[in-house]
Amino acid sequence: MIRKTAAELADLIRTREVSAVEVAQAHLDRIAEVDPAVHAFLHVDTERALNAAKAVDEDVAAGRELASPLAGVPIAVKDVLTMQGATTTCGSRILEGWHPPYDATVVRKLLAAGMVILGKTNMDEFAMGSSTENSAYGVTRNPWDLDRIPGGSGGGSSAALAAFEAPLAIGTDTGGSIRQPGAVTGTVGVKPTYGTVSRYGLVAFSSSLDQAGPCARTVLDAALLHEVIAGHDPMDSTSIDAPVPPVVAAVREGQGGDLTGVRVGIVTELGGDGYQDGVLAAFHGAVEQLRALGAEIVEVSCPSFDLALPAYYLIAPSEASSNLARFDAMRYGLRTGDDSTRSAEDVMSLTREAGFGAEVKRRIMLGTYALSAGYYDAYYGSAQKVRTLITRDFAAAFDKVDVLISPTTPTTAFRIGERVDDPMAMYRADLCTIPANMAGNAALSVPCGLADGLPVGLQIMSPALQDHRGYRVAAAYEAARDAAQGGALIHRVPELEVAH
Amino acid sequence: MTSTVELMDYADVVARFDPVLGLEVHVELSTNTKMFCGCPTAFGAEPNTQVCPTCLGLPGSLPALNGKAVEAAIRIGLALNCEIAEWCRFARKNYFYPDMPKNFQTSQYDEPIAFDGYLDVTLEDGEVVRVGIERAHMEEDTGKSLHVGGATGRIHGADYSLLDYNRAGVPLIEIVTKPITGTGERAPEVARAYVTALRDLLKALDVSDVRMDQGSLRCDANVSLMAKDATEFGTRTETKNVNSLRSVERAVRHEMTRQAAVLAAGGSILQETRHFDEATGHTSAGRRKETSEDYRYFPEPDLVPIAPSREWVDELRGTLPELPWERRRRIQAEWGLSDAELRDLVNVGAVDLIAATADAGAPAAEARSWWVSYLAQQANTRGVELAELPITPAQVAAVIALVADGTLTKALAREVVDGVLAGEGEPAEVVEKRGLKVVSDDSALYAAVDEALAAQPDVAAKIRDGKVAAAGAIVGAVMKATKGQADAKRVRELVLERCQ
Repeated sequence: MIRKTAAELADLIRTREVSAVEVAQAHLDRIAEVDPAVHAFLHVDTERALNAAKAVDEDVAAGRELASPLAGVPIAVKDVLTMQGATTTCGSRILEGWHPPYDATVVRKLLAAGMVILGKTNMDEFAMGSSTENSAYGVTRNPWDLDRIPGGSGGGSSAALAAFEAPLAIGTDTGGSIRQPGAVTGTVGVKPTYGTVSRYGLVAFSSSLDQAGPCARTVLDAALLHEVIAGHDPMDSTSIDAPVPPVVAAVREGQGGDLTGVRVGIVTELGGDGYQDGVLAAFHGAVEQLRALGAEIVEVSCPSFDLALPAYYLIAPSEASSNLARFDAMRYGLRTGDDSTRSAEDVMSLTREAGFGAEVKRRIMLGTYALSAGYYDAYYGSAQKVRTLITRDFAAAFDKVDVLISPTTPTTAFRIGERVDDPMAMYRADLCTIPANMAGNAALSVPCGLADGLPVGLQIMSPALQDHRGYRVAAAYEAARDAAQGGALIHRVPELEVAH
Repeated sequence: MTSTVELMDYADVVARFDPVLGLEVHVELSTNTKMFCGCPTAFGAEPNTQVCPTCLGLPGSLPALNGKAVEAAIRIGLALNCEIAEWCRFARKNYFYPDMPKNFQTSQYDEPIAFDGYLDVTLEDGEVVRVGIERAHMEEDTGKSLHVGGATGRIHGADYSLLDYNRAGVPLIEIVTKPITGTGERAPEVARAYVTALRDLLKALDVSDVRMDQGSLRCDANVSLMAKDATEFGTRTETKNVNSLRSVERAVRHEMTRQAAVLAAGGSILQETRHFDEATGHTSAGRRKETSEDYRYFPEPDLVPIAPSREWVDELRGTLPELPWERRRRIQAEWGLSDAELRDLVNVGAVDLIAATADAGAPAAEARSWWVSYLAQQANTRGVELAELPITPAQVAAVIALVADGTLTKALAREVVDGVLAGEGEPAEVVEKRGLKVVSDDSALYAAVDEALAAQPDVAAKIRDGKVAAAGAIVGAVMKATKGQADAKRVRELVLERCQ
């Protein structure tokens, strides 16, 4: 049962072939068996999950209309979204034991949709990282190879999918934290258009870049979840008041397998030197597949993309340095050194010293420096100009093509510990994913094969509010790939040892 | 450093130096809800009862702009003859302080909603000074700290501090003047007249309580001196904690005499924040920082830019009320006042109060009599401005109405006013609580009259002999016996009736 897709599970529950409680219990059992090895979850709430499932079963039994097409389907939520009844830690010591008094809008929507929240997943501290090694609560392991990273920051969510602990998960993507983990775990990860999924209750890393989105094992599942969580929210001023793009319909269209007339642009700058051979091989295989489906393939140059990474590492840390200022021991979370002799200022600094990990401190310092008087124009100001240039590159490219593609990451999953002492190497994992965050448009990653036995991701980027274009292409490609390769890639993930 | 402050004689100061003023006024808007959330803004509630995730800055919370606050800001800007920005943004002002929940203040920085205006200010002798307005911008208030223990009442040296976040997020408008030059010896007077005029204007706009004693109107006074032959401004100080109109004048005057003494002795003025002491009328230096504060401003990414349409601005222009000075000219004509009479009323701040009392239903002559006599005495005794008395024109009108309908005598009415000033509630409540109703029950009065006549048989005899004037003694005795709660006219009628 745990190997079924969310869409299949939802159908089985609706037609009473299985109960939502059975589905929830199967996943809870799986978590108990494999999570000691994978460590995808920071928190599992069995009782809550079973109660939610029971409520759906009662609706089914009473013949009531179900709350959504995903009613009764289990889901895991990245621990960066607030949810009452559990702690929200963001993978940080500084929030250890913090019980938020309110639900994030995304969580509210999941509950309203009758979905069964299993628990909260591990992540790089405050979503800063590409490996989940920066969590204060231990590293998450990649189910494809337990010695390797599951990507980051949302490694917990992607690993939970690849380990069949949950059929769906919520991630957040600031520079690639949904797509890159999706790519290295052989799962689907979607960063919706900025402003289409509410950020209310998403603990901010970089406000102008953060975007929550769906994580799934199939494109259809991602689309179904996308339609549950997207929509205008007056609680988030940056939320766009526009209809949710018709992503499920686009998937159904794509599954027809015809991409005739669809213009697909390969981004020249995202490939070549520094990319793993196996990644490029899998990517070119995907390009041929798209061509075979009728898509018109062209090369498109986006010269400003070369500047995306350095500009990102000015904007994101700048905003983070301000967003993370509130963790000061005064109102919630960790408090260190309060022995009634120290000043508030000293307690603030001791708490921040003890509560933040090295990467978070590095970025706070980077951002504080970049915003300082005398440096602002050269750093933050210039980075914002680069952002404008990237947006223009996208606009020019989308004049010529419907979607843009690239590998999702330059390499497959690296070994745990391999890059912890080399921040620049770690940062390069997000080389291909960052441009879409900078411009705010839609992008997703869909598995496109293996390189040396490890998954590779194909990134498909769409214009803002045209998320459905990427879904259509991804669904067509996924169907063709599965047909050509004799089944979904995810089923080639090795059997995990089961704890007893 | 000596403990006595050297001051220069004021005549010498203005003979040798030209003062330059800059006034920053913070106005708390009287919107029902806060700037970025739906919490109420009422003054004086139990600490920390008017808070929510957003104004507490809880992780994940986001601001949503209060449209009413923007409307008030635009109306203030228009009344101050400012340009209204076609496009402006909020910024974050980053600094750590325990009463600031996010450790940044959401404020406007280099893109204010209103800029480049003026306010014409009338001095006591009728001279009009045009004060340039640099800008009026929106920001959120901080929480309140109460530092317990320690000598200074400030955070340093306190045993502990109590924090109340009810005020956090209350909408503020900061109105900043251009440098005010050329006012010479009248500088302190101009400062006071400006704040007075601004207060009256804001009151007429009905956008704020403008209560300096409650902090809904706060003034920071920047003062510098330049030698008569100088071409550049001197170094300025910024005096805070100026909590009444009188203090504005005193603080400016004191800074002028202090700075002049420092400069004359060959010293230099430190650019610093100073604290005004109501009791001594002196300013003292705040804690000096080793480095100048760097607030690392950057555009607030959680809010979208504000672009008020020209149609909306014109519509708001149409809602501007009769401005205080126009209203005065009208009242002068209506009441037939001479320029001097009007100026006297203006100088004691009575015109608007009288007019408002009349608007609330009282005869203008009655209203004028209350404000210029009994209430003026009360203000004088308390050392506050008329407008700062804790009684509203509506309450005065209510008292006048109670006299008119015979519920109160003039003497009782003064007691009711005392009760209102003492915070005992609305006039009707004070009447109830203090039991101040006129004794209108004739049977009770007959008893008192009979008793008084019996006690003074000789007087009674005189009255019976037709010496009606003697009735005064009996009336007096009855008034005394009823503690003034009888209507003397009615008592007199009863006395004469009994003696027929």
